[in-house]
Amino acid sequence: MAAAVAEYRREQSLPLPGSSAALYNNLSVLRLPGPQPQRFSAVHGPSLSLLSAAAAGLGLSHRQLPAREPGMGLSAALLTQAAWCVLPSRVLLVLTSQKGIQMYEADGSVLVYWHALDVAEHPPAQAVFARGIAAVGERFICVGTSSGPVLVFDIPPKGTNVTVSEVLEQHGAAVTDIAAEQGRAPDGAGDLVSADDAGTLCVWSAGEEFRLVSKVPACGCTCSSVALWHGTVAAGFGNGQIRLYEAASGRLRAQVNAHARWINALDLAPETGKLLSGAEDSFVHIWKLSRNPDTDDVEVSWVRRSCPKPPTRVLGAPPEREQQLGKGILPLCCALGGPESSSGAKGAMGNLERAWDKGWRDGIRGNGFQLR
Amino acid sequence: MSARTLPLLFLNLGGEMLYILDQRLRAQSIPGEKARKVMNDIITTMFNKKFMEELFKPQELYSKKALRTVYDRLAHASIMRLNQASMDKLYDLMTMAFKYQVLLCPRPRDILLVTFNHVDAIKDFIYDSPGIMNQVDETFRRLIDTYSCLSDGEFQLIRQTLLIFFQDMHIRVSIFLKDKVQNSNGRFVLPISGPVPWGTEVPGLIRIFNHDGDEVKRTEFTTPGNYVTPQREGSFGLYGDRVLKLGTNMYSVSRPVETHMSGSSKNLASHAKENIVPNPLAKEELNFLARLLGGLEIKNPSGSDTGFRLNLFTTDEEEEHAALTRPEELSYKVINIEATQVRTAHFRPLIPIARLAKKWVSPKVVT
Repeated sequence: MAAAVAEYRREQSLPLPGSSAALYNNLSVLRLPGPQPQRFSAVHGPSLSLLSAAAAGLGLSHRQLPAREPGMGLSAALLTQAAWCVLPSRVLLVLTSQKGIQMYEADGSVLVYWHALDVAEHPPAQAVFARGIAAVGERFICVGTSSGPVLVFDIPPKGTNVTVSEVLEQHGAAVTDIAAEQGRAPDGAGDLVSADDAGTLCVWSAGEEFRLVSKVPACGCTCSSVALWHGTVAAGFGNGQIRLYEAASGRLRAQVNAHARWINALDLAPETGKLLSGAEDSFVHIWKLSRNPDTDDVEVSWVRRSCPKPPTRVLGAPPEREQQLGKGILPLCCALGGPESSSGAKGAMGNLERAWDKGWRDGIRGNGFQLR
Repeated sequence: MSARTLPLLFLNLGGEMLYILDQRLRAQSIPGEKARKVMNDIITTMFNKKFMEELFKPQELYSKKALRTVYDRLAHASIMRLNQASMDKLYDLMTMAFKYQVLLCPRPRDILLVTFNHVDAIKDFIYDSPGIMNQVDETFRRLIDTYSCLSDGEFQLIRQTLLIFFQDMHIRVSIFLKDKVQNSNGRFVLPISGPVPWGTEVPGLIRIFNHDGDEVKRTEFTTPGNYVTPQREGSFGLYGDRVLKLGTNMYSVSRPVETHMSGSSKNLASHAKENIVPNPLAKEELNFLARLLGGLEIKNPSGSDTGFRLNLFTTDEEEEHAALTRPEELSYKVINIEATQVRTAHFRPLIPIARLAKKWVSPKVVT
């Protein structure tokens, strides 16, 4: 345990242009190999705050990407999520909103594809939106919808000829999150997992036709975030629990009373099996997933509470956690989808230490933590 | 996002407004009869049947300005008048109080208990008027009908919609600062002790299961928080103990409240932004307002009813000062609606606040 503590360090903070909305999984990071700038994004109401940072935090550039609408919509669409989808042939920035799904080139410059949700066919009381974004396989991007279906988009290596190749109908409630394990999933374990408001989890095997591998029935508690690691599904729930399931069978293998309040985001470092959870209790915890070589049981252990340098007394704050200080663990959990994170003021606020987590996802190195 | 958000937003903000008005009416020693009339008139207007029907129709939230217009009218539904500075302060207090409640409510579903706390208190404000009581109870039943069937996920969507609505509002409120639930930068403090939400386990336990589902290992870890198991769940019925304290009256005559505008000025960038962006919704918004306000019957004080002016500040000088020093970006420019756009019989155009102020020119309370 002690050794694990030294495995990451905090890097320089980066300011986002505005605060982040209280949504699930509201932070995405794109880290490409080579000298290309790192990109960060977080949703703020009807627009996406984009930040690109050259190496060593030099050369920051901000921009706001508005949620575009076909024609002139009647009301401004709120964004629900944004994520970079890395496929072998290309990288797309995918935005989901109340109106539909937008796919941009990675830098947000060119709109490649737009998919409108059919708002009229839903009863007026039902919220309509898309949410849950993941790239899977050689050429697919999957996006969830509020009525349950998961749309599978077939992405050409270049150009705008994106098509809906399949619609996966297994969820009976609004999809919350989708995660994939690119090129690492054990045979037969499935390489995509989708979760919904009622707590249903569906594990899929991607291909010409997607195949349902296993299904964990609804438990009545919202599953807000999922991750997939070596055939194990990690799911974060509204009751503060993290549960681990065997992807191939859907069997429950571990249950962690992890947080005192709603979990808003999970992230996973694929190389090390470290899992990060952020919740509305203001804490970020780090867990270590492993497999017992004798029994093949999945194991999970608590590594630490992510708080490299607890700055909770900044500005004379009381010893309790501050809801949204610019520095420290809170912006992290805010950007992970906790309550509104820090303001648009420059300087102390709006830091991007929150980018700690998703940098992990790409398995290279977090902007804040460095995994070795 | 959630089309079920507006009724909760309106009722809770309205509840906060009534708490503050009640406190100010007593602090300003308004005679009991007048104070009771004001409270009864505002509650009657707020729970007007037609108005409630419009409110509960599934719809998106509109801008802060539109909502502010609704409360301007509501606050002037009786013989009491507020000038611009007092109205601004009233609205700031209402919104920050409800933002706090939305943010802190333990489970998303508890937003309903917060609402019930407000409505319970409103019923206590009603003085000797079974008619008004029926109106409020009818809304209560409507709340239960509409919301008790929603899932946790849907409640979280409502909560997220509300938090987006309140995003970047960081006005400091003295009562929150004093209680150390708000920091000097306007952010609220999240407690890390006390009962966990109903249905949540105290963090600290890891259980491992084998292939057959048998528990094979149990480990514990220490959390930094000092949490306990909750005693019981609040009542979601028409009556009963709500357990949750969020949404109850936190004001009393001995605990006046102040807002602090100056310190938040560095956070104004986003407010400014909202004002300059041309609003394509304007027309839709006006229609919405007209529809809503069509149900609001506004009485101008006349005849035997002598009106009075309520001051949200301790002295008139403070009120004047606040009016002069309020940052431009924070001013809610009240939306004026042309009478021609409105076909509803009850609707009357807004009386500009400035004119009201002139009308009730007396320096202190008219009794």
